[in-house]
Amino acid sequence: MKANCWIAPNNVAVEDVPDPQILNPRDAIVRITSSAICGSDLHLLQGYIPAMKKGDVLGHEFMGEIVELGQGSRDGLSVGDRVVVGFPIACGNCTSCQRGLYSICENSNPNAAIAETAMGHSPAGIFGYSHLLGGYAGGQAQYVRVPFADVGALKIEDDLPDEKVLFLSDVLPSGYMAAEMCDITSGDIIAVWGAGPVGQFAAASAFLLGAERVIVIDRFPYRLRMARENTGAETINYEESDVLDTLREMTAGRGPDACIDAVGMEGHHASAALHAYDKAKQAAKVETDRPHALREAVLACRNGGTISAIGSYGGFIDKFPMGSFMNRSLTLRSGQAHVQRYMRPLLERIRKGEIDPSFIITHTMRLDDTPHGYDIFKNKQEECVKVVLKP
Amino acid sequence: MTDTLGIERASQDRPSEGLARLLGWFSLGLGAAALGARSRVGRLSGIDGSPTAQTVLRIAGVRELGHAAALLVPRRAGWGAWTRVAGDAMDLAACGRALQGRRGERRRRLTYTTVAVAGITAVDLYTAVRVARRRRPEGNEVHAAVTVNRSVEDVYRFWHDFENLPRFMHHLQSVRMTGDRRSRWTAKAPAGRRVVWDAEVVDDRPNERISWRSVPRAKVPNAGTVRFMRAAGGRGTEVRVQLGYRAPGGMLGARVAKLFGEDPQQQVCDDLRRFKQVIETGEIVRSDASPEGSAVQQQMKQRPARPLATRGAGR
Ligand SMILES: [Zn+2]
Ligand SMILES: [Zn+2]
Repeated sequence: MKANCWIAPNNVAVEDVPDPQILNPRDAIVRITSSAICGSDLHLLQGYIPAMKKGDVLGHEFMGEIVELGQGSRDGLSVGDRVVVGFPIACGNCTSCQRGLYSICENSNPNAAIAETAMGHSPAGIFGYSHLLGGYAGGQAQYVRVPFADVGALKIEDDLPDEKVLFLSDVLPSGYMAAEMCDITSGDIIAVWGAGPVGQFAAASAFLLGAERVIVIDRFPYRLRMARENTGAETINYEESDVLDTLREMTAGRGPDACIDAVGMEGHHASAALHAYDKAKQAAKVETDRPHALREAVLACRNGGTISAIGSYGGFIDKFPMGSFMNRSLTLRSGQAHVQRYMRPLLERIRKGEIDPSFIITHTMRLDDTPHGYDIFKNKQEECVKVVLKP
Repeated sequence: MTDTLGIERASQDRPSEGLARLLGWFSLGLGAAALGARSRVGRLSGIDGSPTAQTVLRIAGVRELGHAAALLVPRRAGWGAWTRVAGDAMDLAACGRALQGRRGERRRRLTYTTVAVAGITAVDLYTAVRVARRRRPEGNEVHAAVTVNRSVEDVYRFWHDFENLPRFMHHLQSVRMTGDRRSRWTAKAPAGRRVVWDAEVVDDRPNERISWRSVPRAKVPNAGTVRFMRAAGGRGTEVRVQLGYRAPGGMLGARVAKLFGEDPQQQVCDDLRRFKQVIETGEIVRSDASPEGSAVQQQMKQRPARPLATRGAGR
């Protein structure tokens, strides 16, 4: 089969690889009908996440049709079913899974011992997301093996097109969870750093959950325009105005009630000097991540507010404004999305027309063109926000 | 220290061991370069040109070879890392002195050398501290623990059926009950050979503990106890294993150690991680890069995360 493989930093290629096979009783083999490139794939692309190996198949947002099932598959999956697959691999049986914390499943990372050395404790395995998180082949391919399919694969029974349900695999639940972690009460103003797919879904979800105003911060006019038009958010371009001043003014001095960091480790800063400082530290491996958005979110947030961090971080950060954080009674919540917890309720909302996630798609291309997709997404060319791949 | 799964990780410092060995090879290279290509190394690093430089380089070369030996020869590269730190301090002092008398291009190169040495010092110091703090297994005994999301009764019952053990203990091929309390254990030994011994249960308290030991004159004397305890707050069962690979009266512990590989502690931790997987999910999780599942030995030689080519593939 064809699959998009990581070759070296900033180098991916579509290669011929063997077809996946059933390895375990609860596995399913899925023939992919649509997959996508996620913002966090860019961290892998650029080599910021260690433990990538030449030839790794990428991709953790995908859906398709079950073509083969292991002996032990339960819960009514059958060959021929159309399914969306959540990106964290979760067993459904451990304490974490049973508490709905699927992205920290205790059983799904066969490389847990390696992850423990880097992180203290291991999170769940993730499709196509480095050897630290399991070394699973990903879904930017024609077929994929889905372990614990009875937990990870959500059956789509009606004729909603791929475009409307594909993002249940990652970016929609991620955005939704980011908003949910804000514990929104009526009248709240939510600020969102990053107008990528997760940031835009976080903005839309914040409104769904009762926010009165949502303010989205980014530096690309086309992404901000999209956020305004599709979610009803107000926007700030941080290259044109000072974010802290503007937020203070927009909230009459209070600051947003909650701040969502939908940017993560590769943040940019309007100040070239500050950006260079973090880039240099990152290059010297003194810190692994550039936490501009996180720092700014802490400083911007109202006293007693919440920071909700959904953007991915890989390792260590520098100059976290701990004094501000502690003295002003802030709360920090974070996590990889516990996708399985949100898939069914969000599918329900899509069915009812409360949200149509297909608005973020800007490009659809053949699997063969994946390297080009990475290129325009990474360099923000052709007003690219979301690339959908068709095998 | 225990991990998420509650598995005790006495050998959590494996990577720094690996780093220590890497540094060993690095030392070997430096030493060989300093002695074999003295003038070139001197020119590159900016310390040539002084009458003492040649002598200093020769001493440094010999010293590096010493580090290499200290880091590479013993099975546990503990003190070797500290000899490197001491050596680095000498190098830094030498660089500092040399810098005072250098100007221009040679000063620039020497500055780079000094910065590089400082960087190496940091790595050496880190390695030395990590390796030194490494907890060694006490005697021929290992302890490990895991929390399993199942009732004490379920966990006890699963373990009590000794024929289940090879499902998660990778060094075992089979365990067969030969009597009420007796069982025959077959293990895989290096080079495709097998080791067989008989064991008996010496203590069995339902839902509490099981102790077993190999029968006298077994080829591989060993004894073990597994204890089960309800974890507080509905968190399932705490399983604690204690394994002695020198049974009472026996003395051939080394032979058992061979069975468990170089690091019995890690093996037992891996076994318990798989035990948790099997009893909670019914299977041992496998990825494309780790098709053998969670064993550190396998994890170290990861394949790329792509499907394996095997017979009958092709759809
Ligand atoms: Zn993603
Ligand atoms: Zn789980």
